[in-house]
Order: sequence, then C-alpha cells, then structure tokens
Amino acid sequence: MRPVPTPASATVTQHVYPVRFKSTDSSSPSYQPSVSQRDHSDSVNFPGALNSKFTSTMVFQNPAEKAAMSTYRIMDADGNIVDNTRDPQNAPDQVITTWYRNMLTVSILDIIMFDAQRQGRTSFYMVSAGEEGIAVGTASALEPEDLCFLQYREQGVCLQRGMTVKDFMAQLFANKDDSGRGRNMPVHYGSGKHKIFTISSPLATQIPQASGAAYALKMKRMIDPNVKPSISVCYFGEGAASEGDFHAALNIAATKNCPVVFVCRNNGFAISTASIEQYKGDGIASRGLGYGIDTIRVDGNDIFAVREAMIQARKMALAGNCKPVLIEAMSYRVSHHSTSDDSFAYRAKREVEEWKRRDNPITRLRKWMEKKGLWNEDKEKEARASIRKQILQEFSAAEKMKKPALRYMFEDVYEEMTPDLKAQMKELKRLIETYPKEYDVSPHEDGIKGLNQ
Amino acid sequence: MSTVFRSIVKTALGVVARRSYATQATSARINRKVDYEKTPILYKTEKVARDAYGLGSDGALEWQNLNQAVCNAMHHALKTDDNVILFGEDVAFGGVFRCSKGLADEFGGTRVFNTPLTEQGIAGFGIGCAAQGMKPIAEIQFADYVFPAFDQIVNEAAKFRYREGGVRVVMPRSPSQAKGMLISSILNCNDPVIFMEPKTLYRAAEEFVPRDAFSLPLDKAEILKEGTDLTVISYGQPLYLCSEAIQSLEKEIKGLSIELVDLRAIYPWDRETVLKSVNKTGRAVIVHESMLNAGVGAEMAASIQEGSFLHLEAPVARVTGWDVHPGLVFEKYNIPDVLRIYDTIKRTLNY
Repeated sequence: MRPVPTPASATVTQHVYPVRFKSTDSSSPSYQPSVSQRDHSDSVNFPGALNSKFTSTMVFQNPAEKAAMSTYRIMDADGNIVDNTRDPQNAPDQVITTWYRNMLTVSILDIIMFDAQRQGRTSFYMVSAGEEGIAVGTASALEPEDLCFLQYREQGVCLQRGMTVKDFMAQLFANKDDSGRGRNMPVHYGSGKHKIFTISSPLATQIPQASGAAYALKMKRMIDPNVKPSISVCYFGEGAASEGDFHAALNIAATKNCPVVFVCRNNGFAISTASIEQYKGDGIASRGLGYGIDTIRVDGNDIFAVREAMIQARKMALAGNCKPVLIEAMSYRVSHHSTSDDSFAYRAKREVEEWKRRDNPITRLRKWMEKKGLWNEDKEKEARASIRKQILQEFSAAEKMKKPALRYMFEDVYEEMTPDLKAQMKELKRLIETYPKEYDVSPHEDGIKGLNQ
Repeated sequence: MSTVFRSIVKTALGVVARRSYATQATSARINRKVDYEKTPILYKTEKVARDAYGLGSDGALEWQNLNQAVCNAMHHALKTDDNVILFGEDVAFGGVFRCSKGLADEFGGTRVFNTPLTEQGIAGFGIGCAAQGMKPIAEIQFADYVFPAFDQIVNEAAKFRYREGGVRVVMPRSPSQAKGMLISSILNCNDPVIFMEPKTLYRAAEEFVPRDAFSLPLDKAEILKEGTDLTVISYGQPLYLCSEAIQSLEKEIKGLSIELVDLRAIYPWDRETVLKSVNKTGRAVIVHESMLNAGVGAEMAASIQEGSFLHLEAPVARVTGWDVHPGLVFEKYNIPDVLRIYDTIKRTLNY
C-alpha cells in the first residue's frame, strides 16, 4: 500500500491498493486466501506451508536416516524378468530387436569414433558405453512430436528418433551435409526433423529451456485444441544437476505445470568427480520431491524399466493441467569422460572392467532375447559385422566430403546479415584473393566463391 | 579481499601436421603455424631467461611449460600461506590440464578439493572465503563456462570493495610470466583477479622459468621488442603470431622496426606504456581473438586516438575475430592469423 502521486488538482494524497496481479483478486482461481492463523487449530496457515501440521516435539529431519529411494527394475542383470506386473512386451519382438540393434550401433559407432580421434582423423568424441539403454529405452517411449533436449551422452536418443549414421557422420566431420554448418564440435548433434534441439556445451543450460518449451507446447494446445499433446524430454547427468539452471528449471516446471520429463543419467562421474563429491543427498531423485515433482529412480541398465518409466511419465505429464516428472536412471560411466580424458588417472581400471563385464544394458537385453529365442550368436556376429560395415562406409564418405561454404561463418549470427558482417565477409574475400598461396580454401564447398554476396 | 579466478581460455587448436582436420595451406610462406621451439617470445636459453628476470649468472631455473609453471606458482602459494586454498571442478586429481598435479596429495583435501559442478557456486563460495580472510583460488575449468558466475563476479566480487571496476583481468603469455603473475595475484594483490590461461600454450609453450618464487606486476604492459615505426599491441597466444608477422615484414622491408607490446593486464590496462609507445611510433595495430565489436581493441583504439591524436600517422587498426560466434570448421578464417596481422601492419605503414 503506497501513496500514489496524484494530479496537481487533488489536495489529498490517496492511498491505493495496487491491483497489479490477478492473484490478489479474490475471484481469480489462482488466488489463495491467506487467512491469519486460527486459535487452537492444529494446521498451519502460513501461506508457505499450508499442508503442515503443528507439532510440539522438536525433531530435525535427518536425511541420512531416511531410506534411499528404491530403484525400479523389471529385468535383472541376467535378463530375467523380476517385475511380472508390467509386460515389457508392449512392443513386438521386431521392435525390441530394433532397440537392441540401435544400442549395438551406438556402441560400435562409439568405438570407431573414439579410435578415429586417437588417429587424428577427428578432433573430439564422447563415448556413451554403459548408457545406451537409458538413451534408447527412454526414446523408444516417445512420440515423434515430443521435443528432445540433450546434454552430450545421448547418441542413442538421436538414433532411436531416426537420425541416421550418415547424419551423425556429417556432424562429426563438420562437412557440408551437417545441419549445424560445422559450427559445433563433434557430438553436438541437432535435428529439426527429429525435434532434437542442437546440443550446446555449457552444462544444464538445456534444462530450463526444456521447461519453457514444454510450457509453449501446453499453450499451443490451449490456442488450438487439435494440436497433438506432446511433452519435452530433457537429459542431463548427475554432475550437471549441480548447476543453478537445474534448480531454476525444476522449480519453474513445477510451479507452472509444464509437461516436461526430466531424465537424469546418474552414471557416478562428472569427469573425475565421483558422485560422492557431487552431492550429499539421496541422488538427484530426492531433489525432485523438494520441488514438488513426481519422481522415480530406475535401473538404467534395464531397458525395459527405463522404457516403462518413460511411458508412464509421459502419461502423467500430459494428464489434466499437466505436470513435470523426474526420472533418475542409475548407471555406470564405463567410458572415459571424453577423448580428452584418461579416467584411469582417477579410478582403478579393474573397477571399469568389472562393470563392463558384469552388467550393461546391451548384454542384459541380449540375455533376455536369447532366452526368448529372438537372438543368438550368429545373429550377433551378423549384426555387428553389418553395422560396422555401414558405419565405416559412412565414415569414409563423410571424411572425404567438402566442408560447409565459408559464407556460413557469417550467416545465422542474426536472421539477416548486418552491414558490418557483409563488410567483414568482403574483407576476408579480399585477403584470400590478395594472398592466394597463404590460404587453402579448397576443403570448403564453393571455395572462394563461398564468400560471394 | 582477494580471490583469484583462474580460467582456461579457449584459443585456436595448436596445429600439428598429423591432424588431418586442421591443416595449413602447404604453399603458405607467411601464414605458417607458430614454431614454439623457435619463437623469440619464449626464453629458450638460460642466459635470456636470467637477463629477463634480473637473475645472477647462477640464478636457478627450471624448464617448464605453461601448466607446469601454473602448478608451480600455486604450489608456492599453498606452501607459503596457510590461507591459500584451491578448488574447482576436477582439481583434486590434477586438473583436466594438469595445472593442479600433486597439490591435493601434498596439501590435503581440506585445502585442495573438488567442488560440485557449479560455476556460480564456485565463484560465490570463493568470494565468501575471501571475504572472511582466506586467499582462495577458484578455478573455472573453461572460460566458456564462466557465465553462470558472472553475477557473482560482476555484482559481488567487483563491488565488494567498491572500487571502479573492482576486478582485475590478466593474461600471461608464457610459463615464466604465468608463474610471476599468478604468485602476485594470489599473495600480493588484495583485489579479486581473473587469471586467464591460454589453453593452447599449456603444453606448447616451454621455456626456462626462475625456480625461486617471484612476483610480476598486474598492472603493467611489457615491451617485448623495441621498435620505431609501428606499435603492435596484443595479449595471450596471438603475441606469437604477431611475432611471426613482424619477423616476415622486417625481413621483407629493410630498415623496418616494429615495437611489440604485451598488454598482460587487460583490465585495468596500462595506458601509460601503450600511449608512450604509440607517441613514439605514430602507428598502432591491436590484435586479439575476441570479436571486433566492442572488444578490448575498441577501448584501446578509443583511448589511443584520445591520447595520441596528434602523433598518429594512420588510424588505429584492429585485427580481431569477425563479429561472429567462433564456429569450429571456420576457426582458421575467424581467429586472426599471421597473414591478417602482416597485411594490416603493412597497410597501416602505407597509409
């Protein structure tokens, strides 16, 4: 309540209640009455904790004393179904086989590209060994219109969504077919067609964006009810969940009822930082509760559990007025952080070998498939051979292709190239033409003509 | 309060012939890759190193690269003052660039430790420690990731003491410079310092470094090479390219003599040294990697035309990144190269 300056003709300063927000209008549905505390009531009326009851026992809640959130799984490490209430076969055998082949493709692509970096044929790569199940499993539960926001270790999502090995290679080699025009480092995939927002390096920046995009999806449907209900899905690691953006994103998603499913890949490491140094609480799942978000923790190596959780999460996100959901998928980062990392500098090689050998999403599904008679050693050999051959073919072709034209250095900074940028493009052309021996523009499509305006 | 934010600056990939994705034109005569073994900017003989740092003929030296020199400086700081602590992402195992190798082992996990993954947290935490009398070294792993920390740096660290600007930004060109400047930043400076380390130079730049601890000023530019006809001002890795361009030109044009200045202190910067140089030569070329529009060079050019107007024989030129985001596949056309520096100097001389 503040005095409002009045015109000179008035003689008395008026006190005006500023009715700026609908929520102070008691007829608005979002308005919460803040009636002061009634005497002898056992319920708290403070607006910040309306569901709380009074107690006269002083207790500090100690999170370490609470049981950790359980980890949902359908299939154990040997490929046996342990949850019989959900039928993992809400997909035909052929589809399940496709998931398997996709995981295999990711795993073989990863090995080939890692080696390519070591040979100097590409500058950088990130392997997702051990985490293929989380990516392929969650993506298998999505609709084509759902939006995907990735971090950098979810190539399985890209493949499951329909990106091809050729698409991958175009980005990895930054050639003229890259929809990202070679502007990003390897593994920074993006695809408008497959609704995968281009990956950016800073961590967790995608999380509030996913909340916002989900809100937009909801609004578009309010404007046009014929629009198909869709969600946004956001992937990030347990390390990225330490960033401020994570907290901002979950809080906004919850308060604004955004249809977003957050998928945290908790793989135990953020470069060299083990999760014991990353947080003190019960993983990332416990944070969801803090923000008022429905949360589940799943066994990330169990592709069925991951998929089922996403199917259910999607339904929950779209029901009624919509809401966010958090899935924390537990796994182990078998790979080094990236080609710039040697993880044996901070963890025992034996630990990694144990995880590789004992349990990973690919061997688990394979065991299940073999028990069902859907797969065998011959099929495995054939699949690996044909996948490898296809990848190497695309690799070879992509490596030889021209790079994007030089004009793409100046385009897309803004929608329209500014006069300054046009002048700079002209200046670069002049330099290259003045000193033709000092530059080799032949790797770029159109060569020097790529700078024509 | 003092806090040193160490940030690893992203610069052009050091080009190695075997990397097929980043090759130079084989016919290039001027635009060749920097030969870090032969560059005069690094102190490759004991005599040159001793002379540069005023050491006697038996002054102790170490042969180090940039990450070793940075590690050495922090080691000295941790050993000398119990209030010094070092933290950031992945520093405990030695750091992604080996800058903190062995430090956690030697000084323990209470003084050298990993933080959770949060730059705003690292910066805020550092500011809090510093306000309470510690001398924290807060490492930001890549300069590109500093932005969540911007609020803490700009609104908090810079304004804590309420001094104009409040934060110092410095960039060493070499291992020996890094050692002296980092020791100064941690132990001798009571302002928060953002210490920027050019990533490419971590392994590529190797030279003799004084073994004993020493301090370098954080507010002075340095004349690397005296000259009379034109002043080139730069900082960080581009200095090596400037050196190559200058060598090419001085070989080509008999009697030509170009002065090379290492800014070292980006903010606040040493106007006095720069203006004195430009007043002498009458021509200035500023080189930096970040984009042209509103860059460091813009501020310097404005100050130079203010302070040296009547001495100028040509407009102040800037060789910088274009006004674009640095796209990977276009890197060598975007980041200023030897050729563009050479060409700009030539045109400024002929103005």
